[in-house]
Amino acid sequence: MARTDAINSLQTDRTTPSDSAGATGSGPPGAAVQNGAGLRSAAKPLSWWARARRDKILLLMALPGLVLLLVFHYLPLLGNLIAFQEYLPFVPFGRSAWVGLDNFAVIFNGDQEFLNALKNTLLITLVQVIFVFPAPIALALLLNSLLSERIKRIVQSVLYLPHFLSWVIVIAIFQQILGGSGLINNFLRSHGMGTIDFLGNPDGFIALLTSQVIWKDTGWGTILFLAALTQIDPGLYEAARVDGASRWRQLWHVTVPGIRGLIILLLILRLGDSLTVGFEQIILQQNLVGRPASEVLDTYVYNNGVLAGQWGVSAAVGLVKGLVAVVLVVGANKIAHIFGEAGVYQK
Amino acid sequence: MSTIQKGIEDGPAMSSRVLKTLVLVVCCAVVVIPFLGVISTSIASQQHVTNSGGFVLWPDALHLDAYKAIFNGGVVQRALLVSVVIAVGGTLISLAGSTMLAYSLSRKGSFGQRPILMIVLFSILFSPGLIPNYLVVKQFGLLDSLFALILPTAISGFNVIVLRSFFMGIPDSVLDSARIDGAGDFRIFWSIVLPLSRAVLAVVGLFYAVGYWNAFFNAMLYISDTAKWPLQLVLRTYVINNTELSSGDLGGAAADQLPPQESIQMAILVVSLVPILIVYPFLQRHFAKGMLTGAVKG
Repeated sequence: MARTDAINSLQTDRTTPSDSAGATGSGPPGAAVQNGAGLRSAAKPLSWWARARRDKILLLMALPGLVLLLVFHYLPLLGNLIAFQEYLPFVPFGRSAWVGLDNFAVIFNGDQEFLNALKNTLLITLVQVIFVFPAPIALALLLNSLLSERIKRIVQSVLYLPHFLSWVIVIAIFQQILGGSGLINNFLRSHGMGTIDFLGNPDGFIALLTSQVIWKDTGWGTILFLAALTQIDPGLYEAARVDGASRWRQLWHVTVPGIRGLIILLLILRLGDSLTVGFEQIILQQNLVGRPASEVLDTYVYNNGVLAGQWGVSAAVGLVKGLVAVVLVVGANKIAHIFGEAGVYQK
Repeated sequence: MSTIQKGIEDGPAMSSRVLKTLVLVVCCAVVVIPFLGVISTSIASQQHVTNSGGFVLWPDALHLDAYKAIFNGGVVQRALLVSVVIAVGGTLISLAGSTMLAYSLSRKGSFGQRPILMIVLFSILFSPGLIPNYLVVKQFGLLDSLFALILPTAISGFNVIVLRSFFMGIPDSVLDSARIDGAGDFRIFWSIVLPLSRAVLAVVGLFYAVGYWNAFFNAMLYISDTAKWPLQLVLRTYVINNTELSSGDLGGAAADQLPPQESIQMAILVVSLVPILIVYPFLQRHFAKGMLTGAVKG
């Protein structure tokens, strides 16, 4: 949801020309008084140098944040070059040997470990799209149908909370409930039943991950849907009722179409993230179930790169993963357009 | 809103109301019970913890021994201090950088606005990847420095955009009158824009603070000196990985007087939860209205 807002503002920004009439002059007071805030559009357009001088304070203010973004978000993009190098941490970056596409061999030749990580990643994404994605929609519909505004608010307060906990805390809490000496196994033991190994069972790992994501983020996920539900025209419900539609038919013919755009938008974003699944969540629990069952692309990059020292290979996998994600978002958006939906961005 | 509810709720059958209530009660219980257990275990007596197999749902008494043990000057106390420094320092750095960047992007037609805005937006859409991030932090000599836990995540493009849209909503007339009175850009930002934006500053600041408080992986990646470990790493080591806390870890308390490990573990968990629980009501009040509804429109 972080992304949606940014993208929307990208859209709205494109439609408003940056030098719109009446642009408030910003800069030294002298310049502002000379031009007069309202007169700017009538005045001759300033040269870029004059504008840069006029806005120098604004530019200075933008500088710290901009530098941080450039250094920690854009400079690392350059670091992807080591995907084409035989990189060793103690050899300076510039003097590493270039090896062409050698590091990508694990991908093209189908290295077993890599394929296993890819398979796990896609499987987890599939399971989560099926079970995690619809959960907030159902909960939002349920909350929206509550009569009492007060109860609704209390339930929301409780259910939003887990979103703000770190993965470390969430997993620690899950251990207290599902672990060997946790709540459920204690209960089973004291009633003479066998215990269940929830946390260390490789076959149950995806179910465990999925239940943790549902616990943590379902409540928070309802926010966007609740907001979308309030924007449905109440007249539509009245019209449907006049036509004798039952509550289920109202849900199907009024509510669902009202939030369909949002559902598709979020699905597209989720699809773009197909190759990214709960990195912190998995790293924290990996030693309990072993790597074969839990390795995903991100943990593969971490385990083989940072821990095992195969920097070049890991960077290559990370790079391909990033590129595929871009292709996925663009592709999903195209499909949305074909079906006549707005998607993430317009042409 | 209420009309919609009536729309769906026309003549609610008793059974569906019972079902709804039941589902919501179960949902809330699934969230609340674990918290209850964590707090109870941290204050229960040794005997009670042992008898109930290590996890207590409702305490027999109020024992604060576990808290005394972790605040006796050991690893937990030190990690708590590190986490507070990162959260407070980081939030200040983040807010300063983000608000100034957002303000310069909110003035229509300012020089270089389009490319700067693009840089901010694309930073949201792409993340460069773990290995290159690590290399940059290493190149700048930030390994084992607390700045490695602050600077890489200091500017969130999303928060900049949220601040920018709020600043753009401040009427031009307010800013123009200040300008006519001779105030420069920074003066306007500091004495007019920021005071008018207290609500959004609080929300964005809290989001940054919660982010710093919860950050775990960057610390694992960049900090190898255990003296600089934040609380989340301590939590992972001693609670998730179940490493036993020795009396040395707890500031040299006598080993035979230590409260049960389970209670100490849960006390660490409670300590890391409390700040979130304190700021949560403030977050809760703000995020439902305005801030996020804007994300749906457009």
